[in-house]
Amino acid sequence: MSYQLPPVWTKLQQHAMFPEFNHDERARYNFLANLNRYVSTVIAPGNKLAYDRRVEPNFIKEHSRSFVDRFEVGEAMRQDPVYQMWAALRRSTMEMRQQNGRAVVLRQAEKLASKVAKELKGSDSLQLKDDFKIPTYLTHVDNHLMPGSYHTEYFPGDVSNAANYDSGLFVTSGGMLGSLTDGGGRAIAAWVKETYPKFHPKKILDIGCGLGHNTVPIAQAFPNAVVIGIDAGTPMLRYGAARAHSLGVHNVKFIQADAADMKEFTDESFDWVQTTMFLHETGGKSIHAIFNEIKRILKNGGLNLHIEQPQYTSDMSMYEQFMRDWDAYYNAEPFWGHMHDLAPVDLMEEAGVPRDKFMQVGVKAINDLDKDKRDGKVTEDYGRSPIWNVFGGWKSATN
Amino acid sequence: MTFLKLDDMKTELSGSHAGASISETSAVDTMNDIVMAGNKSKGGRPYFLEDPAVERVLNISMAIAADLAVLHERLDTIERLLEARGHLSRKDIEAFVPDDSVAEERQTWHARFSARILRIIQQEVEAVAMPENNVPMRTIADEINEM
Repeated sequence: MSYQLPPVWTKLQQHAMFPEFNHDERARYNFLANLNRYVSTVIAPGNKLAYDRRVEPNFIKEHSRSFVDRFEVGEAMRQDPVYQMWAALRRSTMEMRQQNGRAVVLRQAEKLASKVAKELKGSDSLQLKDDFKIPTYLTHVDNHLMPGSYHTEYFPGDVSNAANYDSGLFVTSGGMLGSLTDGGGRAIAAWVKETYPKFHPKKILDIGCGLGHNTVPIAQAFPNAVVIGIDAGTPMLRYGAARAHSLGVHNVKFIQADAADMKEFTDESFDWVQTTMFLHETGGKSIHAIFNEIKRILKNGGLNLHIEQPQYTSDMSMYEQFMRDWDAYYNAEPFWGHMHDLAPVDLMEEAGVPRDKFMQVGVKAINDLDKDKRDGKVTEDYGRSPIWNVFGGWKSATN
Repeated sequence: MTFLKLDDMKTELSGSHAGASISETSAVDTMNDIVMAGNKSKGGRPYFLEDPAVERVLNISMAIAADLAVLHERLDTIERLLEARGHLSRKDIEAFVPDDSVAEERQTWHARFSARILRIIQQEVEAVAMPENNVPMRTIADEINEM
């Protein structure tokens, strides 16, 4: 099989809110996307080889048994030089990606803020709250090693962290999420339309919408619906509202709200509640409060779907669980491991979906940059590949 | 603020805000984007190599590698523009977007570049994949001595 090159950065759609990149900044992202591709396709497979050929055999020799859990696998793997160097390189690429992206947006922070403010003038698509309290599970960590995470404003009106996030997803995913990095939202919208052709939702809620890259494709796919994206991060909502507006998508609103206490919304007010790669960035108690709130605001007979990475089940090898845990600890998504130990069927029951109505499917990103390679093989990159687990179900038609 | 000293330095260097009070709206002017870009995220940084000093050197090497790649890409742009138009313009360089075939060539260059600088890691992986090719040279010397 020939070496698969990632798309060049200039293939990203430069929507009107996008930060300006000069020549060398673009080249820096091209380097990182290529480096990530090399590390994930050439170096990373060495982990499995080392595990199979020396880490596990040596452990068995020493203890007369194999590993009991992923934590024991981790203790042994962390002694292996192939793993050590792979992990050191992967961490290094994540840190470089943040520094490079921040350097781009911070130098033009004021210009970005005024572009966004101008775009939103006269629009009612953004609702922020002066007294909003950021959930502690967000302030406690800088998700994805992004200093300041989703919520920090460096000055009033700032969108720096959102613009950085938007510009850099390409680097981490190697361009596999499409020209607007909206491959997840496109995939779920297409799957719902295809699977439930008679479902015509009027009100859709996307919880943890961020800058709306997966919210907008849902709004585009259901033009007769009102789509509401909620998030805690002020810069994300601000940038997201302006981005959607500049893309000509007007049936979407961005509202600052706490998913664990959505007092803005009345009981049974949504036909469809969606989360996309959100649950693993919440907290151990909040996640249950969130599912209780979903139960309250979702209409009876309404649809509830969650895009996530696969759960850790007994079917998944301990080696794979260990590898998937990498992002939890080393890419600052610490709830990732605990979240993936939960049983989705239990969570959905909390959201009012009976156990026998629970469903789970695999969905691959719809990537407009990958037209010629739609059937192309994707190398497993534990937690980074654009293939997700979707779980959810229909809430009982009666209480 | 932690970076006050560096902020002052920047102000001094730019020479524009000496003695001026910093109002809320001009806060952005005093942001030290050079230092802020490289801010550390929350949480202790993990070190994967046995000696953290080696990992620090690795990170410095990778940053140098990044900018070598950037320089290469820039030079590539200049050469292509010179070839195509017979003159040089900075504006042209800034605006240059590779077409599909140039993009392919450039991405291939990046692939080969990554392969060059990470050769030793690739070879570690190959050593695990093919242990038969990983016999110590002293053993081979002894074996050859018998051949």
